[in-house]
Amino acid sequence: MSESLNQLYTYLQFPFVRYALIVGVLIALCSSLLGVTLVLKRFSFIGDGLSHVAFGAMAVAAVVGLTNDMPLVLIITTISAILLLRTGTNAKIKGDAAVAMISVGALAIGYLLMNVFSKSANVSGDVCTTLFGSTSILTLNKAKVWLCVVLSVIVVAVFTIFYNKIFAVTFDENFARATGTRVSAFNLMIAVIIAAVIVLAMNLVGSLLISALVIFPALSSMRVFKTFKSVTVCSAIVSVICALSGILISIIISTPVGSTIVLVDIVVFLGFWIVGNLKARNAG
Amino acid sequence: MALIDCKNLSLGYDGREIVKDLSFTVNSGDYLCIVGENGSGKTTLMKTLLGLNPLISGDIEFGDGLKRNEIGYLPQQTPVQRDFPASVFEIVLSGFCGGMGFKPFYSGKQKREAIGNIEKMGISHLKTRCYRELSGGQQQRVLLARALCATKKLILLDEPVSGLDSNATAEMYSIVKRLNTDDNITVIMISHDISAAVSYATHILHIGASCFFGTKEEYIKNQGAASLEVTENE
Repeated sequence: MSESLNQLYTYLQFPFVRYALIVGVLIALCSSLLGVTLVLKRFSFIGDGLSHVAFGAMAVAAVVGLTNDMPLVLIITTISAILLLRTGTNAKIKGDAAVAMISVGALAIGYLLMNVFSKSANVSGDVCTTLFGSTSILTLNKAKVWLCVVLSVIVVAVFTIFYNKIFAVTFDENFARATGTRVSAFNLMIAVIIAAVIVLAMNLVGSLLISALVIFPALSSMRVFKTFKSVTVCSAIVSVICALSGILISIIISTPVGSTIVLVDIVVFLGFWIVGNLKARNAG
Repeated sequence: MALIDCKNLSLGYDGREIVKDLSFTVNSGDYLCIVGENGSGKTTLMKTLLGLNPLISGDIEFGDGLKRNEIGYLPQQTPVQRDFPASVFEIVLSGFCGGMGFKPFYSGKQKREAIGNIEKMGISHLKTRCYRELSGGQQQRVLLARALCATKKLILLDEPVSGLDSNATAEMYSIVKRLNTDDNITVIMISHDISAAVSYATHILHIGASCFFGTKEEYIKNQGAASLEVTENE
């Protein structure tokens, strides 16, 4: 035990490990705040869909030969997010189907482009890294960390300022619109934020596992807590703790970062589920 | 000046016209019941009044200084709400949201008013309870308290008693009637239940193949005449 703690201490001396921890915690915080709204709006899979779009965009950027693919990826993902969330309740193709369609479409196109045009010798390695985020969190540079810090501060600030409006719009879109809240503006805002969080989170857990960061903390806290505020606060805390311990565990026993975080999330979810059931039984 | 003046409305959605040439007025203090068959356009009319649905043609004028964000609304329940983790107080307070402009947080006054509306609905003991654990009748009272936070003047109710048992239904009707007579809030209600509509409302709007608008007394007389005609034909 003390040996692993020593090992951990040694690792923490490296700046890239500290960067990974900072970025991991911030991304976990942002994605969990949005997760509550997305889960309740029946948009659990939007994280998945958007990250596949981001994957496709990265492939395009690689083919075109952009060295800094961030802006392009961010723009394409934001546009898709707006399209997906805007269709919302009244669309001809329902939300889940639209997400599934865009998600697999972008994935296929991205993989095709990478395969046909890639100059890299290890295509499947590249793809695997993008999908599961295996090592990129440990290769973060200072600029990316700062970008992440700034974006997280913006997300948390926006969420706090518009907390009451987000609640009203999530609970009852028609009532909010009828009584004068500008619902479409808020949906647009949520779409833009979620796109930014997804693009950031790809560094941490990769395309395929982002949904886990978005939905698990929200679902866990919804097992036990019963007001919107307590669910939101609890999922933020759960998410940060899971991300932190996931990263540390993955360093100590050298497992992939993304999947380790998700595994911790799953374990915590099971714990909350049991507690929720016990509570219900006691109350009944 | 009437509170709402509707002239020659043509209503519908997705480019399909459902109701043609509908005119009626609502004055302050009225209790208007909208009745008609399923699919006759009752909910479409209400959504159009609220600005949730575009008007195909005609005019809707608001009078007496009524603003769009001063209308309370009790919608039909959506599936999202059935497992929504939110306390009664949080939901009622969200009724103020539309009138806040860019202010991010609720004021102390608004919180007190929300508590007042919860008391008025007789659900003070449920204030901290979770919405999804309440009975249908209790949930409707929560949503009505929220609608009261949004308005002092006019409240629109879309089938407020659907799915309630007979006790809860009677209570709901008497609460709405009290709001109308004691608090002088104008009520527009969609109802399936014509007998209740006739006993509580002051005015009736019947939409369908033939539209009727008038006071309750006129409606009864009209219906009586209609049923007489039917018997004579037989």
